[in-house]
Amino acid sequence: MTPALRFLLNGRPVELTAVGASDTLLDFLRIDRRLTGTKEGCAEGDCGACTVLVGRLTDDGLVYEPVNACIRFLASCHGCHVVTVEHLRGPDGGLHPIQAAMVEYHGSQCGFCTPGIVMALYGLWMSNPDAGATDIETALQGNICRCTGYEPIVKAALAAGRAGGQAADALAVERELVAAKLRDMRGERVELSKGGERAIIPADVDDLAAVLEDEPKATIIAGATDVGLWVTKFMRDIFPAVFIGHLMKGKRVEGGEIRLGAGVTYSEAAALIGQHVPAAYDYWLRIGGWQVRNMGTIGANIANGSPIGDTPPLLIALGARIVLRKGNAWREVALEDFFIDYGKQDRAPGEFVEEVIIPTRPQARIAAYKISKRRDSDITAVAAGFCLSVENGIISGARVAFGGMAGIPKRAAGAEAALQGQPFARETFEVAARAVADDFTPLSDWRASADYRRTVAANLFRRFWLEQTETGLPVRLHEAVGA
Amino acid sequence: MKDETIIRGQVHQDTIHDSAIKHVTGRADYTDDLAEPYGLLHAYLGLSQCAHGLITGMDFTETLAHPGVVGVLTAKDIPGVNDVSPNGKDDDPIFADGEVLFWGQPVFAVIAETRDGARRAAHKARITYDVLPHALDPLAARDAGMGYVTDPLTLKRGDADAGMAAAPHVIKGRFSIGGQDHFYLEGQIAMAVPGEDEDVTINVSTQHPSEVQHMVAHVLGCQNNAVVVNVRRMGGGFGGKETQMNLFSCVAAIAAKRWNRAVKIRPDRDDDMTATGKRHDFVVDYEVGFDDTGKIRAVRGDWYARCGFSADLSGPVTDRALFHCDNAYFYPDVRVSSHPMKTHTVSNTAFRGFGGPQGVIVAERMVEEIAYALGLDPLEVRKRNLYENGQLTPYHQEVNDQILPRIFEELEVSSDYHSRRQAVLDWNAKGGVIRKGIAITPVKFGISFTATWFNQAGALIHVYNDGSIALNHGGCEMGQGLNTKVAQVVAEAFQCDIGNIKITRTTTEKVPNTSATAASSGTDLNGMAALDAAEQIKARLVDFVAERWQQPKEEVRFVPGHIRAGDHEIPFREVIAAAYMARIHLSAAGFYKTPKIHWDRATGRGRPFYYYAYGAAVSEVSVDTLTGEYVIDRTDVIHDVGRSLNPAIDKGQVEGAFVQGAGWLTTEELWWDDKGRLRTHAPSTYKVPLASDRPRVFNVRLADWSEATERTIKRSKAVGEPPFMLGISVFEAINMAVASFSGYREHPRLDAPATPERVLLAIEKLRG
Repeated sequence: MTPALRFLLNGRPVELTAVGASDTLLDFLRIDRRLTGTKEGCAEGDCGACTVLVGRLTDDGLVYEPVNACIRFLASCHGCHVVTVEHLRGPDGGLHPIQAAMVEYHGSQCGFCTPGIVMALYGLWMSNPDAGATDIETALQGNICRCTGYEPIVKAALAAGRAGGQAADALAVERELVAAKLRDMRGERVELSKGGERAIIPADVDDLAAVLEDEPKATIIAGATDVGLWVTKFMRDIFPAVFIGHLMKGKRVEGGEIRLGAGVTYSEAAALIGQHVPAAYDYWLRIGGWQVRNMGTIGANIANGSPIGDTPPLLIALGARIVLRKGNAWREVALEDFFIDYGKQDRAPGEFVEEVIIPTRPQARIAAYKISKRRDSDITAVAAGFCLSVENGIISGARVAFGGMAGIPKRAAGAEAALQGQPFARETFEVAARAVADDFTPLSDWRASADYRRTVAANLFRRFWLEQTETGLPVRLHEAVGA
Repeated sequence: MKDETIIRGQVHQDTIHDSAIKHVTGRADYTDDLAEPYGLLHAYLGLSQCAHGLITGMDFTETLAHPGVVGVLTAKDIPGVNDVSPNGKDDDPIFADGEVLFWGQPVFAVIAETRDGARRAAHKARITYDVLPHALDPLAARDAGMGYVTDPLTLKRGDADAGMAAAPHVIKGRFSIGGQDHFYLEGQIAMAVPGEDEDVTINVSTQHPSEVQHMVAHVLGCQNNAVVVNVRRMGGGFGGKETQMNLFSCVAAIAAKRWNRAVKIRPDRDDDMTATGKRHDFVVDYEVGFDDTGKIRAVRGDWYARCGFSADLSGPVTDRALFHCDNAYFYPDVRVSSHPMKTHTVSNTAFRGFGGPQGVIVAERMVEEIAYALGLDPLEVRKRNLYENGQLTPYHQEVNDQILPRIFEELEVSSDYHSRRQAVLDWNAKGGVIRKGIAITPVKFGISFTATWFNQAGALIHVYNDGSIALNHGGCEMGQGLNTKVAQVVAEAFQCDIGNIKITRTTTEKVPNTSATAASSGTDLNGMAALDAAEQIKARLVDFVAERWQQPKEEVRFVPGHIRAGDHEIPFREVIAAAYMARIHLSAAGFYKTPKIHWDRATGRGRPFYYYAYGAAVSEVSVDTLTGEYVIDRTDVIHDVGRSLNPAIDKGQVEGAFVQGAGWLTTEELWWDDKGRLRTHAPSTYKVPLASDRPRVFNVRLADWSEATERTIKRSKAVGEPPFMLGISVFEAINMAVASFSGYREHPRLDAPATPERVLLAIEKLRG
């Protein structure tokens, strides 16, 4: 056991002993280190002004990803390389190509969002040198600019992509050196404390199991995209906190099932989803913004039991299961059974989600829908997952699950019954659309009224039918605008 | 001839924002980035948890026991007056005193060693209330007899009743228009540093340093000359920092003087959005009479505004809604009235357009209604009603700089409007799930503060003896490129490279009694004031050079980097060095006041605006009729900024304003619950446009042939606000897509914002 948090900050080693569970990376950067280029805009991971890169060791080597420093806990940076805008430079020591393009294309006005945008674009430039406008928009889902209308920013990003130079970039050149330094930081369990706020970073998953046996009431923190707000918004105490974002990273496909360690982030799973459940890929890229997808994990998305849940409706429709572990005892639960009631899940104290198993169902007709006020980076008003098996024109299996319609993500039993065994035909879906009204009693709030939620839920059955049928007319917005 | 070389940063040229490199490298300092004085304390506000009630108790026991807490401030701790109303109405307390008037009203402040400590301690206070009934929206407030926060206004010309009675057709409607949060990326912040005697220095993110100065003096009970206010830049303002930072500045100043330590105050985003004012929501009852050709005969209307608990700027905001109720159209007979309703909500304030958008959008609604009723292309109705030069507005100002016919003509061609409208109609006729709409909407926006005395500005220029120039003016930089444009004016005047000019922070120590950087006026006013200062120094230099080099004054000219006197061409630096030795005064204070304007509110007549800025946009949208979601397929804009001082910066203003305007009318929704709590108070719940929301194709062009008819700075026109209203084209395009379900026989009358929910429910209604 070691009492020190160790990471690299802009290439230089940092070792800290007094770290509290709720200390954020942003406050550390701005207050302790006076690295004021990183801004606080919202402290909830929605505006991107605090975007920094975090480099971490993965099976694919050292990977740098944009994250929100405001809801990233400092303790979760153990063994990582934190890169802020102050570290960015071009090969000649001057402006980086992203920065130069932002200047040339007048991509900043008030400038407050700019460092965060520069960092998000830097992350994209590094990972996708050929990024087009759509990729840039996806990369900027988590960045708000209130001044420019984004047009010059997108133009700047395209120009920086054309300028190239990735191989000569400082982080690329120093990659092996940095990776070696980070490797040295890994190892045993880390226990930290400040003002009584304990933070524990288990060495590995077995260690996590052991920690949770000792501390069954500890707050388990993976990506902190939700727990971060408990601290920054609600000022809740989260100690003792156990940081698990570095654990349970396994991902593989086996027997027609994707098996994801609970610590796999949305971003890390994206390629597998795209490959094996292509119908859900667009949906996947609408979970949070890019920074959130780089932090948030599928296991925690399930474990925290949100009534909306980004992934559960889809995963329930696919028939996903989860593996829960307590100490050295494991059990498997169908995802739909894990959600018992609002705020209540089938998880015992000291138990944690270790793995998520997602059947890919290549023969099924699958769809995932997210309805929100704003297309990107919005909390869902209604989410839906459809998975239908059709044999000889008859629906032989129907699994349809919704989020945002009840206190938990839930299957639409009445609508499913209306589909099951019926012809795969418009009329069947009309009946199901009417039936879904009786499946749920949604709430009205600022995201959507109950009326809207009910209407949309019904219409999604109509949409599903249209998408599966050749009508000769576009049924999706992006087809209609040729984007 | 060296005239061929040009200086860097001359006027009418693209020049990068003076802080662009600092922005992209993170080295631009905002108020929270300034080095903190030793011993800095932090203040945090405690907000009311009641929309309307009497305070029955305040228990700070736990707050004061929180580690690091130094003290608490309440209404009784204010040395001067507990008021930050910008209009002298004394209705805007810093801390609620006895009665709270909205949920989220500041009641007290905690002062502590750390911000986190102050924030946590503030949440430990126990405030109890006798809860009283509340009214949140303007009509509920009217029904509850809440009254006005400020005097209403009626504009009239001709006989609206007779005109209406004589009109062949009349349409009446009610239009509910939502407000808007500024969502400046940098929230409210102020840091006060105490000095000797009564002195205090405030570093604050503000659009109005002079008002901060006056307010701080007011609440401290000292003279204005004891208070210095500095602002280098804001991380966005949009009107939200015209009056709203007064309260924060005052709290910091009171605490700084009380404890004799520097004090910083920065609310978190939720508190910022809850406790500060926004764009006014309106409910408008309108009535338009028109003939068979779509020509408007008469207009009557009542604009009910959610002003909040105090007047703030609601008077001029609701006035401006009426000033723009005609947008670009001539109303032969008109009578319109404002109703600035008091409500139990945060006091609404300035926001880009300042009430104008809520006037313009009603004009556009009426025009659309007429077009649908007559089965015409709304563009036709628009063109038939455009002002002709010489016609009078409802406030009796003559329009004489009309350029919209040409803008429309060019836009129709460049956007291929007519064939695209036909394509949209054909597309919708197929009856698919995705419906389209296309709309072209203009803007005519009056430029000048309607409070005539605000139309003045000062500047201060020092030329140092090495030839470098320090430029200061009363305007504030919030991203709009004001400092760059004013520096270009000065660079042009002296014919020296813009890199030779240091643009310094705005401070009340250098230019006194400034107006807010608002009403799009920053460059118009401060550019002129800076030019005046430059011309004074130039005149002295001309005299000096003429004498020293023995040339007639007419032969002395400023050329790039040099001053030419007859055959002599002397580098600027050398002239300055020589002028210093000759004891020439190398500093000047400039001043400007806008000529020709006057306004008599009592009679509703005058010339409140020096000139108008014009523009138009065509937007095409696709609407998913199963979910109500939509995409802006394409937008084409032609906008008038006169002879642009900096086309790149002006184009950026147009693009940004358009997207912000589209956001106001689409996804930006303010939502209060029945307790009076604003529940959309952070970016997680309040949705401003993202990169993926901007038009898929976005063609923005400046009307480069336009030139201000009045003697504005280099014949340019103001740009900040006018293009905001071009976002209305998106709103009307969405209406058209919805109207396809009724065969375009009637306007679907979407309320704003047209969230996917409103769009879908409107479609479902028409679908039946």
